[in-house]
Amino acid sequence: MNSWQINRIAFQTIVTKEVLRFLRIWVQTILPPAITTTLYFVIFGKLIGDRIGEMDGYRYIDFIVPGIILMTVIQNSYANVVSSFFGTKLQHYIEELLIAPVPNWVILGGYVVGGVARGTLVGIVVTMVSLFFTDLKINSYALTLLVFVLTSVLFALAGFINAVYAKSFDDISIVPTFVLTPLTYLGGIFYSIQLLPEFWQKLSLANPILYMVNTFRFGILGVSDIDVSVALVIILGFITLLTGYSLRLLSRGVGIKD
Amino acid sequence: MCRSGLGSPVVSALVIENVFKTYRNGFEALKGISLNVERGDFFALLGPNGAGKSTAISIIASLVSKSSGSVSIYGHDIDTEKEKAKCLIGLVPQEFNFNVWEPVVDILVNQAGYYGIPRKEAFVRAEASLKQLDLWEKRNTQARQLSGGMKRRLMIARALVHRPRLLILDEPTAGVDIEIRRSMWHFLREINQQGTSIILTTHYLEEAESLCRNIAIIHHGRIIEQTSMSKLLSQLNTEIFVLNLKLPLTTPPDLPGYQANLVDGDTLEVEVLREQSMNGLFALLSDQGIEVISMRNKQNRLEQLFIGLVDRTKGQKVTA
Repeated sequence: MNSWQINRIAFQTIVTKEVLRFLRIWVQTILPPAITTTLYFVIFGKLIGDRIGEMDGYRYIDFIVPGIILMTVIQNSYANVVSSFFGTKLQHYIEELLIAPVPNWVILGGYVVGGVARGTLVGIVVTMVSLFFTDLKINSYALTLLVFVLTSVLFALAGFINAVYAKSFDDISIVPTFVLTPLTYLGGIFYSIQLLPEFWQKLSLANPILYMVNTFRFGILGVSDIDVSVALVIILGFITLLTGYSLRLLSRGVGIKD
Repeated sequence: MCRSGLGSPVVSALVIENVFKTYRNGFEALKGISLNVERGDFFALLGPNGAGKSTAISIIASLVSKSSGSVSIYGHDIDTEKEKAKCLIGLVPQEFNFNVWEPVVDILVNQAGYYGIPRKEAFVRAEASLKQLDLWEKRNTQARQLSGGMKRRLMIARALVHRPRLLILDEPTAGVDIEIRRSMWHFLREINQQGTSIILTTHYLEEAESLCRNIAIIHHGRIIEQTSMSKLLSQLNTEIFVLNLKLPLTTPPDLPGYQANLVDGDTLEVEVLREQSMNGLFALLSDQGIEVISMRNKQNRLEQLFIGLVDRTKGQKVTA
């Protein structure tokens, strides 16, 4: 058996372990996003949305559905990796991986794919819930799927970095609460940035989540506040940056080795 | 699955050369240790708390980065042939380090997977390991629900699932009752006889004396003794024996050449020098009509030597 096959089995083991972990606690991982987004669709989409009228030429609920789906993907991809990897550090079973001949890129890949798996499953559940409120007509399947996966990868990587630095449970909730949630809500999920004054429009362009939400919305509805090709470059750029940084943290043993 | 060559038969299981470790807070845990563990050996690494045993073990197992020096496992350097070296090691750490929420069997199957063992084969090996350590009945139990002794055995089973050639046990019997400890000794002897080299750290010196053929003593980050167990024990000049007497005495008996201390009426402590014989002592006791119903060492022999060696280095300034 060559090293590629050994690494493939190690990678599959990490992914299987991660998927079984979040499935085992589905009441904490899968159910809450389904309930929360149902409330979003009912309250913002139907009750308030019917009074708002159209946004960028679409019914308000049709406009917010892509953003809400992507928001759950972002939150769940991030949450899965940050909580799982922090748990491995806290209970010291990271040592099971460190003592074994598993290369750093396999460890990172396994955790990221685990995060993407949860993001994807929750995204599918939320998409199915959304079908009760809207007719989802996809403008570009390829672009929709691409942004869905890339966004999930990006936030799984971000969750990994957070977990590496985290020393307490507070550290794994600070970033999602004070950084991720505000950026997500201000990332054009519920509104088009065309509604904002010019200064706030420009400031919004510094928010990377805006690019993902708009590209995803473009994939579904065919409308976007920003240039989709620029958005894809930005997303890929962030993925490259965070992958390199995560591997550097692992090779230096930051947060996991003394 | 993960396989590494064992090199030529003359290559040692473990060679540590001049390893230093200084932690980020400036604490020097290891000050240039060198060790050689022959293949097939049962080796004791002893030392007081904080001496550097766990740091040395963590470096061998790649859990801690060394500051300098070299470590090789069956001839594979842990820096330049990391994967090959890692394939050959199994570690049973001092602290429990498994996911307490996972079922026992999953812990082993996952560990096997990290070594490239396909899932089907991993289940077969997990079953064998769990049966060997009497944990098969608990295979579907969450690890947190196991007793302390079972958790220790789980860590041994996990360390063996990829069939390592060098097994390192960091205080494997800490907090384990005597019955389980004895059964673990039996098991460790068995796998050692089958060819697995073993390095053991323990605070139970009786355990080290009973199991290990060679020994190193580490103190303040330095190796202060490395020799065979028999050579070390032969350095013992005196032993104190505790004799339980059949009839009580009121004054210590006259035992020329021996130092005797009457602890209480029924218990006599006698210091016997290496050149003296027990026959001589018993002859003197018999002459005085003193009957002994049982006898034991006051202190474990290795413990006596260990304390002596450690005390000797206290206050000494050793240069690296």
